[in-house]
Parts: sequence; C-alpha cells; structure tokens
Amino acid sequence: MSSVAVSAQSRANVTAGVWAFVKRHMLTVYSMLFFLYLLLPIGVVIAFSFNEPVGKFNYTWHKFTWDNWHYWNGVPGIQSAVVLSLEIAALASLVATALGTLIALALVRYGFRGRGLTNLLIFLPLSTPEIVMGASLLTLFLNLNFVFGFWTILIAHVMFCISFAVVSVKARLIGFDRHLEEAAMDLGANEWVTFRKVTLPLIAPAILAALLLCFAVSVDDFVVTYFNSGSAVTFPLFVWGAARIGAPPQVNVIGSAIFLFAVSAMLLNVLIQTRRTKGAVTE
Amino acid sequence: MAWFHKHRGLMPYVLLAPGLVFLAVFFLVPLGFLAYQSLESGNIDFGYAFTWSFGNYGTAFTDYRPEFIRSIEYAGIATLLALLLSYPVAYWIAFRGGRWKNLLLLMIVAPFFVTYLIRTLAWETILSDNGTVVRILQHLHLVSPGGHILATGTAVIAGITYNFLPFMALPLYVSLEQVDPRLVEAAQDLYASSWKAFWRVTVPLSLPGVVAGTLLTFIPAAGDFINAQLLGAPQNHMIGNVIQSKFLELTDYPAAAAMSFILMGAIIVAVAAYARAVGTEQLSGTAV
Repeated sequence: MSSVAVSAQSRANVTAGVWAFVKRHMLTVYSMLFFLYLLLPIGVVIAFSFNEPVGKFNYTWHKFTWDNWHYWNGVPGIQSAVVLSLEIAALASLVATALGTLIALALVRYGFRGRGLTNLLIFLPLSTPEIVMGASLLTLFLNLNFVFGFWTILIAHVMFCISFAVVSVKARLIGFDRHLEEAAMDLGANEWVTFRKVTLPLIAPAILAALLLCFAVSVDDFVVTYFNSGSAVTFPLFVWGAARIGAPPQVNVIGSAIFLFAVSAMLLNVLIQTRRTKGAVTE
Repeated sequence: MAWFHKHRGLMPYVLLAPGLVFLAVFFLVPLGFLAYQSLESGNIDFGYAFTWSFGNYGTAFTDYRPEFIRSIEYAGIATLLALLLSYPVAYWIAFRGGRWKNLLLLMIVAPFFVTYLIRTLAWETILSDNGTVVRILQHLHLVSPGGHILATGTAVIAGITYNFLPFMALPLYVSLEQVDPRLVEAAQDLYASSWKAFWRVTVPLSLPGVVAGTLLTFIPAAGDFINAQLLGAPQNHMIGNVIQSKFLELTDYPAAAAMSFILMGAIIVAVAAYARAVGTEQLSGTAV
C-alpha cells in the first residue's frame, strides 16, 4: 500500500469520525433549539398573562401582576364566550364521539359493501380546507333560513369532529381481541349484554381519547365557527374581535389555563402509560 | 335484538347510518349548495338567481390571481420549511428518544393546546418592531435599520410554518419510528457510509410520512387567512382573506363560492402533481 493511499484512508477515517461526532451531537443540539422555538410562543403567552400592560396593547413587558388571573373575567363578554365554548365542546364531543364510535365499530368488525365509500366520506372532511367547510355550511344554513347561533355552531362542530373520532377510535380498535366477545356469547350472554359488559369496557380508553381529541379540536376552532356563529361569540371569536383593538391580558390568562389543563391531562396519560408498560415488564 | 339476529348483515349499516347521514347532510349537501351558489348571479339586495354563470369562476380567478398565486406560494414555502425543520427532530425522537419518546411527542403537539389565534398573537408580540428578534436581526444587518418583519410576507410564512409544524412532525415521526434499524446496519455492513445509508435506506422508508405530513400541512395552509390577517399587510393577503371578506363582509356569495371551489381545485391539482412526482403508491398509503 502506498503512503498516498494510507493518508487518504486515514483522512477518510477522520472525516467519518468527525461526521459521526457531528451527527450525534449536532442533532441533539438542533433538537433542543427546535423545542425552544416550538415552546417560545407558549412561554410568551403565559408570561404576558402576568403583565400589567401600559395602554391597550399587551405587547411590551411592563410589570408583573396577579390581577389578570384574579380578575380573569374582568373584561366584558369574556366569561360568556368561555362558557359557550365549553358548552359547545362538551356537547359536540359527546355527539361526535358516539356517532364516530359506531362508525369505527362497523369499519373494524364487519365486512360490508360500501366500505371504500365510507372511508372516503370520513377522509374528505379531514382533507378539506376549513374555510371551504365553513363557507359551504353557511350557504346551506342561509338557503334553509336557519337561525345562526348555538345550534348552527353545534352542528358545525359535530360535523368536523366525527372524522377525528372515527380515526381515533379505529386506531385503537384494530388490536381488539374478538374472541373475548365470542367467549361471552358462548357463556350465554346476549349481544347487548356482551356489548355492555365486554366490548364497552375494552374500548373505553379509545372512546375517552376520542372525546378528548374532539373537545380540544372544538374548543380551538375558529374558521368554521366564524362562518356559522351569527351573533354568538365563542372564546376564539372573542379573541379575534379583541385582537383588532388590542387583546387584553385576560385572553392570555384563558389561553394559559386551557394549555395548562390540557398538558396536565396529557402528562397524566403519559405517566399512566409509562407505569403500565413498566408494570407489564416487571411482571 | 331477535330481529338483529335474523338480519345480521344489516348490523354494520345500522351502526354507520347515524354518523354517515349526519356527514352527508352537513358536509356533502352543503358542498352541493356551495356549487349551486357559485353559479348564481345577482346581489344581496335584489336576490340571487341561478343562471349557470360559469363566468363567476373566470372573474374570480382573473380578479384575484395574485391572491391565488400567493396562497399556493406561501403554503408551499411553509410546507417545505416545516419539512426541513422537523425532519431532523422526528429522526432524533424516533432513533434517540429512548424512554423520553412520549414526553418529546407531547412537546411536539404542545402548541396545539394553545388556542390557534393566541399562538398567532404571540408571534405578533415576538416579531413586533421593538421586540428582541427584530433588534437582533437589525444588528446582524439581516433587517435594515427601521425595517420590520411584521406586515411582510416573511412574517406570514413564519406564522404558517409554526402553526402547522406538528402536522408535519407527527407523521414523519410515525414513519421514521417504523424504520427497522437493522436495515440501516445492513447497509453499513455492506460498506455504505452513514450518510449514504441515511439517504438510500432511511429517507425512502420514511417517504410515506413525508407525503402525509406534506398534505396535512399544505392543505390547511393554502386555505388559511388568520396568519395573513394578523401578521401580514393587505398586500400579503391570501385567497382565504378574500373568501372570508366576500362571504361575511361584502355578502358577494356567488363570487366567494366560486373562489372556494377554485381553491379546492387548485389544492387538488397541487396534490395530484405532487403525487405524480413522488409516486401514487405513497399517496394511497396515507388514505385513512
């Protein structure tokens, strides 16, 4: 082997070594920066919920205060908007999850004609821009002379939540062991009892996940609601209106509260899952 | 119950009926109404009449061509940025996440737990003219002194990129997670460099995630009007802004309806072109 080849070889080794180092650590550093970027606006939202703004714009930091949290409903209209959002989200997620669970059960457990068409009808709302969904519902309600308000918002939310519920429940139903149901039937349970005593408890986590997902999607929705709300004001609509004249810090308070609530729920879920897998391993 | 026993074949349809009827009535039928409305003529004061006015489509497109092009352009750039930004992180979580995976994924979706509008308003604060970001960029001469980021296309694209990032990162993670590390090892045993193994093994195997993420990001981004409204100036408005104002402020329903369909058509064309480029097999893999 000539010395030229050896030095080329060692240079290749060095390059490979450097590359391996860069790859190992750069990726980690980059990921940390990425998470910083991802979480920065959330930090800003929470921080400015404690700001005492000068003038009407809550853009520059002035002074720390608890007042915004203490008087969270101190801005006219914000409390009723939050209540309406929660009501709509609760009802819409219940109805959509019920309808979606039935569809998911049919899709996972039965072979039937029209399965492809059903999948398409579930997939379409997920891949249609929100503005088109909102606009088309608006034309329907206008042409049928619906009164815009609570009911039109509720219908709209159920509509776009169904697909989320189906996808969410279906994902968890696929590993479902049907032998358990057959065993119950063999032991003399009829279909209803089997469903109530065997199927329902087994798919309960899937249903809960769908409920939470629908609730989150509904509480956050702006576009479709904006088109179909009439004079009713949900929390996102309140934020939109407030943004034009400078959003009060109370908006940050509600935003932070929703965030902290959702994250604690998710963290709890992650914790339970981790503990469960840990338990399964030690057993 | 006895009746169901006799007609077991009907059971799936009984389960499907309530949900599918709801979707048919409040999703499909409204699209029909929107199509009908898009071919009407007239105005809100004298009423609209159905006249097969296909001209609405031509006028909508010629009058608002810049907004249409801008929507596709902004959404395209934002989708590409989201892909480049989140691929390394998705890779890192999938291969190096270890027991922190669930927590890291929770951090990826964390922005979704802050109301969309509030997230966007937070960017308005961060990018504001006397904020730190603008000052640093001015110091680095990336922004001219007295220049700003808010009310520019950059701010709108940045906002869209941020807001839809989890839609890109999650499918990427899911597909990378399924890549068998032994395949990468095999490539390296066969003397592929890690870089080559990455490009020839990992990337192709993660393509379904790239396709799913791209669609999930591009479609809502192209119809978005919130980022352009809150972070942009009127010259950054996208077609969503026009549709929104035509429907809700100007009550020019036929034009707005026609624009909605052009937007959907443009998205379908863009998705189809993309599908041709990457292969339809990957695309069909994303169907629910």
